[in-house]
Amino acid sequence: MGTRECQHICGESSPAVGEAGKTGEWRDSFPVIDQEKCLPVRQNKPSCFLCWLYCPEAIISKTIPIQINMDYCKGCGICAQLCPAHAITMVHEEEFCLTETD
Amino acid sequence: MIFVSKKKTRKASTWILDGNHAAAQGAKLSRVQVIAAYPITPQSPVTETLSEFVERRELGAQYIAVESEHSALAVCTSASMVGARTFTATSAHGLAYMHEMLHWAAGARLPVVLACVNRAIGAPWSVLNDQQDSISQRDTGWIQIYARNNQEILDSIIQAYKIAESVYIPVMVCYDGYILSHTEMPVDVPTQEDVDRFLPQYKPHTILDPANPKNYNLVTLANPRVNAEGVLCHGYMELRYLLQEALQNSRETITTVGREFGELFGRSYARMFWEDRLDDADIIIVAMGSLAMEAIVAADMLREAGHKVGILGLRVFRPFPKSDVVQALEKARLVVVFDKNISYGIEGATCSEIKSALYGSPARAVIRNFIVGLGGRDVKARELVDAVNKSLLSLKEGVLNKEYPEWICAI
Amino acid sequence: MTESQEYYLCMQDYYEIRWHGRGGQGAITAAKILAQAAYLEGYQGVTAAPSFGAERRGAPVSASTRISPQTIMVVSQVENPNVVIVLDHTLLKYQEVTSGLVKGGWLIVNSWRPPKELDIKGDFNIATADATGVCSSLGLAVAGLTVVNTAILGAFIRATEAVGMASIEKAIRERFSNGEVGINLAAIAQTYEITKLEKIG
Ligand code: SF4
Ligand code: SF4
Repeated sequence: MGTRECQHICGESSPAVGEAGKTGEWRDSFPVIDQEKCLPVRQNKPSCFLCWLYCPEAIISKTIPIQINMDYCKGCGICAQLCPAHAITMVHEEEFCLTETD
Repeated sequence: MIFVSKKKTRKASTWILDGNHAAAQGAKLSRVQVIAAYPITPQSPVTETLSEFVERRELGAQYIAVESEHSALAVCTSASMVGARTFTATSAHGLAYMHEMLHWAAGARLPVVLACVNRAIGAPWSVLNDQQDSISQRDTGWIQIYARNNQEILDSIIQAYKIAESVYIPVMVCYDGYILSHTEMPVDVPTQEDVDRFLPQYKPHTILDPANPKNYNLVTLANPRVNAEGVLCHGYMELRYLLQEALQNSRETITTVGREFGELFGRSYARMFWEDRLDDADIIIVAMGSLAMEAIVAADMLREAGHKVGILGLRVFRPFPKSDVVQALEKARLVVVFDKNISYGIEGATCSEIKSALYGSPARAVIRNFIVGLGGRDVKARELVDAVNKSLLSLKEGVLNKEYPEWICAI
Repeated sequence: MTESQEYYLCMQDYYEIRWHGRGGQGAITAAKILAQAAYLEGYQGVTAAPSFGAERRGAPVSASTRISPQTIMVVSQVENPNVVIVLDHTLLKYQEVTSGLVKGGWLIVNSWRPPKELDIKGDFNIATADATGVCSSLGLAVAGLTVVNTAILGAFIRATEAVGMASIEKAIRERFSNGEVGINLAAIAQTYEITKLEKIG
């Protein structure tokens, strides 16, 4: 069966989880959250959520505490860069594996 | 632009119009909604006239002044994408500057209509006519229609919208700079009522809508991919295949629309080329645009001298009407192709197309190619006659096909 | 004479008219008014074109009108006119002005001199009229400059009889605002009256 079935006549896609494939496979480092520094956790009320807003993959939840869907986190580090509380640190995959096995 | 008289019969009125005003009238009657253009000689009067229509509220369109032709077509493609009927016009360097967006409009399958007022390209500078500008854009995936006179300019623009919006391919309506753009002649201007009956509303195949967000024409990988809903979607190559397929199939639409136009307005465009006295002709002149008119005079003269001469005036260059051309040229012994363009290093573009169409067919005509009229060089009927006579003479001397084209110039 | 010329001039009522003037004198407008009047007269084929390219105020310019009972197929530039109209007699010193004018054709000049005194010899008929005099006495001017482009149509009708005054009048009414119509028509009529003709043979 060919690609005609999609019925598109130009490049077309709709926003959906996984539309661009498993972007988590692109990751070479990933965000580690220090929940004690995260503002919504500290204040125990919805606030900040800048990481939720700016994550290009839209996979950070707007919850207390925030959660990241690691299937699609591509490790870009944007969340870590803009977190005003410095609650997120990017850790290299290898390093992470080492600490895990230690 | 002058109003002359009302004809009761077809309800149209006859105006004495130059080509640029005929184009502007065509766009107005098509009820274009967004116009974006940048002035360039000899196209400028088209944009000036349309901006006046908008200013006087005779045309309910957005006229978007832009800083370049590239932006003009970017505006048209974007507006087309959100569902507006769009129009732009340009010439020569302006068209060259649009090159990237020409590909984009066709690739995104947006039914933009563009009037190309054919003008020579520098260096050296020239504001005068030849067809190098639009011929240089033949591989961008646009339908290309060439008008022979001002009536055809107006009629072709109206038809262009119907064609473009049926097959989702942009259409370029080309006409010779000055020779048509600045020359006044009688043009029947149909009524808005009749055009409304002929031309349905534009139904976009894609529409940007915040309630139903979509991504269009993002990075598309080489291979097809399964989307999040599990549907196998086109890769880059499948989309290119579809554009070619649509152009192939558009021949049907172009002729149907041309026939419908004829039924309503009394001027039929049911064929992709104009023919004159082909029935008994064994010598056939091929030309495109206004030159196909001058060729009629040349044929008159050659017939008077006892030659059986006919004319094939190419109207649609893309898609190229291969099989029809083969049929028309089958019985000829000599085909003389006049090109107002040159594909450097080989020959005139229409000549190459004719040759490629005839390959493998039963047609056995000798094909001669003459490059004429570049940069506004006047082409007289008698020069066309001389070229045919010269070809006949060398044919008699046993010279068959020539490797390269001959030029009618003073070299 | 060229082959195509012979071919076309054997057609009855076929006119190739070339206009000569200076940028700003309205040669192109006149070429268009004449085409329109001819269409109203019943000619099926009419075209009007400027000479192609850039035009500058004061520089010599030309324009053309073709008139035919049938649809016009010729799109190349006029080479062998059977009528040449000169809005500014100072242009007569340029050879292009009468070049190609066919035998038995008309040279129509805006000049106060009678045809004989123009000092021009050729196989063609000559008509002259002091359109400038007519227009300046009527006060027909644009931006302070006397314009003779419509007035000279009077001399054209007188010489060629190709188009009637009624059609010219209709064409003028369609092009000009009500205030301008009267003075232009008066200029045409007066120029018609004073036109002097000199026929060959
Ligand atoms: S940006 Fe930093 S502080 Fe703000 S919600 Fe995200 S992790 Fe918490
Ligand atoms: S911003 Fe980048 S690193 Fe942070 S969660 Fe999103 S994808 Fe991962």
